Amino acid sequence: MSQSSTDPRLLRAPPKRRLRLSWRDERVRGIVWQVLVVGVIGAIVWWLWSNTVHNLEVRRIATGFGFLSREAGLPIAESLIEYSPTDTYFRALLVGLLNTLKVAVVGIVLATILGTLIGIARLSRNWLLAKLAGIYVEVIRDLPLLLQLLFWYVVLQNLPGPRQALTPVEGIYLSNRGLKLPALVWEAAHGWALLAFLAGIVGTWLYRRWARARQMQDGQPRRVWPVALLLMAGLPVAVWWALGAPWVVDWPVLRGFNFRGGTTITPEYFALLLGLVLYTAGFIAEIVRAGILAVPQGQWEAAEALGLRPAQVLNRVVLPQALRVIVPPMTSQYLNLTKNSSLAVAIGYQDIVSIANTTLNQTGQAIEGIAIIMLVYLTISLSISLFMNWYNARIALVER
Amino acid sequence: MGETGQAQLASAARTDAQPAIILDRVNKWFGALHVLRDVSLQVAFGERVVVCGPSGSGKSTMIRCINRLETHQEGRIIVDGIELSEDVKALDAIRREVGMVFQSFNLFPHLTVLENCTLAPIWVRRMPKREAEALAMHYLERVRIPEQAKKYPGQLSGGQQQRVAIARALCMKPKIMLFDEPTSALDPEMIKEVLDTMVELAETGMTMMVVTHEMGFARQVADRVVFMDRGEIVELGTPDQVFNNPQTERLRLFLSQILRGH
Repeated sequence: MSQSSTDPRLLRAPPKRRLRLSWRDERVRGIVWQVLVVGVIGAIVWWLWSNTVHNLEVRRIATGFGFLSREAGLPIAESLIEYSPTDTYFRALLVGLLNTLKVAVVGIVLATILGTLIGIARLSRNWLLAKLAGIYVEVIRDLPLLLQLLFWYVVLQNLPGPRQALTPVEGIYLSNRGLKLPALVWEAAHGWALLAFLAGIVGTWLYRRWARARQMQDGQPRRVWPVALLLMAGLPVAVWWALGAPWVVDWPVLRGFNFRGGTTITPEYFALLLGLVLYTAGFIAEIVRAGILAVPQGQWEAAEALGLRPAQVLNRVVLPQALRVIVPPMTSQYLNLTKNSSLAVAIGYQDIVSIANTTLNQTGQAIEGIAIIMLVYLTISLSISLFMNWYNARIALVER
Repeated sequence: MGETGQAQLASAARTDAQPAIILDRVNKWFGALHVLRDVSLQVAFGERVVVCGPSGSGKSTMIRCINRLETHQEGRIIVDGIELSEDVKALDAIRREVGMVFQSFNLFPHLTVLENCTLAPIWVRRMPKREAEALAMHYLERVRIPEQAKKYPGQLSGGQQQRVAIARALCMKPKIMLFDEPTSALDPEMIKEVLDTMVELAETGMTMMVVTHEMGFARQVADRVVFMDRGEIVELGTPDQVFNNPQTERLRLFLSQILRGH
């Protein structure tokens, strides 16, 4: 830093403390402890490394990731991308990664919604609702996740067969083969409509910013929802209409012992998603409840006494203070859900762990297989952490 | 209401024929506990009423009922000609006209002093930001802390926070101001600065209802003093009548206790 100030008092440097070589000096103690800890960790790493290298040499196992380009020959029941057993291990692992992401992303969104609703319900003045939410949280939190996953899997396995499938609405069938839903036959027009929808989201966000800025100028609040409706629903429909309005639905139809057509949510995915969402929602509910309770009653009263409407009280006063308490533990729950998805192995959903396990069994490349699993979870977890830390910093409160 | 109260009310009703606040046989229970018993009181526009009484006498509950932070179960409350009911529109209208200052300040810790003051004018009064800020600075100057506008409540002393709270309420340009023990949470040296602010506010002719034990303040600004005990209005009159010539044993006991404390 440049010391260009003219005030001589600002030029005075802090006194330098000299290190006294004595065990009674807290700085000396600090340095000794740090050296000791680093030394111990270094020794452990060296021991693991040399052991591994030695054992690999004795067993004559070649290391390296060359196996990734070999043919996998392993069948995968469900995949988001084209896959056949003749594809490479790399592609098989990619399918596993996408399957993990599919359950993690959908799970995080659903668990957040459900958890928030249950957390608010537990604070409700409605006695029955509050008690039910309380019972839900206590039961779900106190039972092991693995047990819950197996429970849901067994429940789904014991549904009637396709011929006696449960049909809540015509075209939707729930059987032991999973949930069958009608699917839209995808055409280019649908892609454009989707794009228009995304553009609508951006447009709504921009309009909301503009409306807020204008309100600060002239004081008039502007409704955002009509514009949102127009941009996010009207625009995609218009695009789809302009491109000929293609609309062919592939209905699931019973043929013999199973359904043909439509799209399927497998019992394995369904059970895993259900288990993870219900379990994590229990924890999220408590986090949300704690966050709202952390805002003193006086804050609600002061905001109400000023004449703010209930939604304004929540948005302008309570949530900004509650989110600061909610977001950090929420990050932990998202990480837990993602990592807990590796319990998929137990019920036969082919996530990254399941496929990497099979890969290392078939190729014998145990270290590489484990390394891939670690790398995948580390990447996903760090991404979630980074995003949540960014969000937390954005909403973090300056109070002094 | 006693004869003296009626006479006093007549003399106080100088600005407006319609009373600012009417409480008519108001009753309230917390569970089985009867906290307000047939409370009847009228406050005229421009009048300053101080409410005192031992803790648990229902005085805070009474003024919290006036802007419906608590709901009464029996009787009528009419504020500025609008009756309090389940009607949300009526409630909105009343809360815009009635400002409230709390014992524990209740400033919003995540907003600066200025933002605390502009929040309601912007979102409730639909005022442009610049205008709301000018208004806020005007009232912050009146409570003598314009230099703290950019700070957060956590950086201020208790007395400063309470003055911000008063400015925040005034920014809504209320017709009536309610004070719920505004100095009870303050250190002795800060009580004066808040009371001085309230005295100045009283001098502007604001209709005020103040729950406090500050006898000096009551003598200086109150048109009438209400003494409550066990959920009832026991005595009502000018400060002189109530403090120097108590009619009931309960008030005498209360006065001897707070005088001993001071």
